[in-house]
Amino acid sequence: MPSVKVGLSRDDLVMRAGVVLLAGLLLVMVGLPLWSLLAKGFQDQDGRFVGLTNYVSYFSTPALFNSALNSLHVAAVSTVIVVPLAFLYAYALTRTVLPLRWLFQGISLIPIFAPSLLPGLALIYLFGTQGFFKALLGGGSIYGFDGIVIAQVFYCFPHATLILVTALATADARLYEAADALGASKLRVFFTVTLPGAKYGLISAALVVFTLVMTDFGIAKVIGGNFNVLATDVYKQVIGQQNFSMGAVVGMVLLAPAALAFVVDRLVQRKQVALLTARAVPLVPTPKPGRDFLATLFCTVVAIGILAILGMAIWGSLIKYWPYNLSLTLDNYDFAKVDANGWDSYWNSVEMAVGAAFFGTALTFTGAWLTEKTRGFYAMRSVVQLLAFLPMAVPGLVLGLGYIFFFNAPGNPLGFLYATMGILMVNTVAHFYTVGHLTATTALKQIDPEFESVSASLKVPIWRTFGRVTAPICLPSILDIAIYLFVNAMTTVSSVIFLYAPDTKLASVAAVNIEEAGTTAAAAALCVVIVLTSAAVKIVHLLADRFLLDRLQAWRRR
Amino acid sequence: MTYLEVRNLSKRYGDFTALGDITLDIADGEFVCFLGPSGCGKTTLLRAIAGLDPQTSGTIRQKGRDVSALPPAKRDFGIVFQSYALFPNLTVADNVGYGLVSRREKKAAIAARVVDLLAMVGLPDAGPKYPAQLSGGQQQRVALARALATSPGLLLLDEPLSALDARVRLRLRHEIKALQRRLGVTTIMVTHDQEEALTMADRIVVMNHGAIEQVGAPQEIYRQPASAFVADFVGSMNFLPGTLMTPEKVQVGGLDLICPRQEGLAVGHKVNLCIRPEDVRVRDLPPAIANRLTVEVTELDFVGAFCRAGLKSRAAAELALTADFSSNLIRDLGVGLGTRLDVALPPDRLRVFAA
Repeated sequence: MPSVKVGLSRDDLVMRAGVVLLAGLLLVMVGLPLWSLLAKGFQDQDGRFVGLTNYVSYFSTPALFNSALNSLHVAAVSTVIVVPLAFLYAYALTRTVLPLRWLFQGISLIPIFAPSLLPGLALIYLFGTQGFFKALLGGGSIYGFDGIVIAQVFYCFPHATLILVTALATADARLYEAADALGASKLRVFFTVTLPGAKYGLISAALVVFTLVMTDFGIAKVIGGNFNVLATDVYKQVIGQQNFSMGAVVGMVLLAPAALAFVVDRLVQRKQVALLTARAVPLVPTPKPGRDFLATLFCTVVAIGILAILGMAIWGSLIKYWPYNLSLTLDNYDFAKVDANGWDSYWNSVEMAVGAAFFGTALTFTGAWLTEKTRGFYAMRSVVQLLAFLPMAVPGLVLGLGYIFFFNAPGNPLGFLYATMGILMVNTVAHFYTVGHLTATTALKQIDPEFESVSASLKVPIWRTFGRVTAPICLPSILDIAIYLFVNAMTTVSSVIFLYAPDTKLASVAAVNIEEAGTTAAAAALCVVIVLTSAAVKIVHLLADRFLLDRLQAWRRR
Repeated sequence: MTYLEVRNLSKRYGDFTALGDITLDIADGEFVCFLGPSGCGKTTLLRAIAGLDPQTSGTIRQKGRDVSALPPAKRDFGIVFQSYALFPNLTVADNVGYGLVSRREKKAAIAARVVDLLAMVGLPDAGPKYPAQLSGGQQQRVALARALATSPGLLLLDEPLSALDARVRLRLRHEIKALQRRLGVTTIMVTHDQEEALTMADRIVVMNHGAIEQVGAPQEIYRQPASAFVADFVGSMNFLPGTLMTPEKVQVGGLDLICPRQEGLAVGHKVNLCIRPEDVRVRDLPPAIANRLTVEVTELDFVGAFCRAGLKSRAAAELALTADFSSNLIRDLGVGLGTRLDVALPPDRLRVFAA
């Protein structure tokens, strides 16, 4: 008997067309640039195919190859420091009775709102050649390995903490009650219940931190000194020596560990089953003076460390002439003195961030909806799914480099985008696509899967249900995605550093240039402006979430 | 008149057969229940009829029109899910009017229709509320009103009462049934609750392992189960293992019991002799009654309106069965643990199935 081939409704046709369009977009935004990069590694400077020549010369040049080892070393050490710190901090936040918990949680997030070069600049003020505490280093230098690691710890801390808070927050109180009833010691409970419960979170946090450190550019650029890492090598090859082929090779070397970490993380996540079933009883910590005191003490020390680094950057930006004239001034905020663009680069950043947040959110949410809700069409949906996950595995520098090769290639009809604000937005949306896609997918999976069936039975077009029901229900997640894109667009350096034109220079890039030119205070001032902007937007978001959404979404109330 | 014709419908997922060659006719205005344990294919069949999860092969004709290959939006049905699937951000009135708005009807006409529908399901004042402000039972009525708003020819109910508490469930059973009778809309309800199926359906389709075990009116399903599975799944049933000695006699634990004449089973075959607990007769046994045995009460469970007794034959220890005794009977005969009783298994109430 022939298999039944069900006809397509108007809904199906529209959605399938949407999926195809999305696949095309993601191919242009992610797939083809990466392909260009891959191809470039096998070409000489004139574009002739030379096989593995570039790779051979890379691995036989100790100066280049050493950077790879340096990157691995820095990433490993930073991971080993950050993950236990973040675990203790997350444990204190979720499993102890902490006074001012919201404040400690907020402080731990601060580094997210800063460009990565900010901790580097703060360390220069503290321990640099003219630093306050230079004597503490005993003749050593903050420029190099130590400086990078300290700055990375600051920069990666919130990412690891967020993951571990989530992992530790989902605990079933009954497991602890059972362990108590069986007379297990506190230590045994920790090792048999708490730690296994957070196992996947720990692995995930370690992989995320490792990848962040491997691929970060700002910190190594500012405080790396003569300590070369992969990220700075890509920059030097491309911007310094205009050796695009070698840049592509270094980019591929940088891509490998990031992609590997991503694949491992995915495999680990797949193994994780829902620990918190619907019938679980959430764990609410009870006061225990000794433990709570230690937790508060620990969190206070960490919070002071974070605030000190941020505070140092702010203070440094307000000082006349470090360290000789410590009187306060706003002169450093007159960027026109150090950079031809002046404040324009800041406004460029705002424009770019708003654009990326707006278009990026619309694209990610609609894209996730199409991937999730289209009936049948499995092959194409898997292609989109794969392309949506790809950016997570690709370091910003690598993606940026791919953009040069792809959009700048002669004959590319999209070449008009090159050196415009448009390409910066497209690149930023692509670079941060995966997290938004995952957020949207999670939100969509949480709503009743039968909404579409109901609207089909009522003969209501599916896009009407999307606009009237699905999107309004997901509004909080949509705002989350928009804020995430905005903050990252404000702070990112790595992927846009290759793509700006003189009139589209961004604040984060300007800060790198200004620092390179030797004006640390102005660079710090620009970083502070970025922090204030992204933090302000986040605070407005939190307030809106609490007050505005409550009013708009009265239906959530019982 | 046949409203829905299902012919040779199959649904396979790889090697797994979720539905195997289902053929079924449903008459116009009929209330049919698909009944079976979870995983029996009843929901799969419902979703195939709706076009939500199309069949692998086979045809479906609705009102003479072949809808086998049509997407859900081109079929004529209203559907109510166990989860209600109400749009939480729309008011009750907007939910009910959801399908009317896209028909470009006049606003006032829609509003009037919504008022009618809400009155019909007994929620005249719920219009401006949001679903979260209603109880589960109320939400399910709103879902029903929304499904009926566009006056579909076929109403599909997917376990509509399973998420509700017992008392609400009982009331809604009656209301849905009464509403269905009044509107005359052909209705298919999926349920795993036999009592629900017995009280609501005009006809029950009992399913197991992706196949239909029996189709029939509730009394027929209960009184004349066509298979051991149906006998076991619908209501309580004693299964007494024995051997068919003659076409009208089964030997159980050394006792010969008269049964209805068996045509399909060979003599000497291993069989199960089945009787429902409430059919075990105790009072006023005529002296010559067939299948009389003396038993001892070995268990007595108080269930409320009646007691479920465990009985063991005095003559054949392996012959054990349960019987339902009314409170009156317990009191009148002074039944307690260890009491000896004479009971009869009326032959017309016995069913025989191959073991």
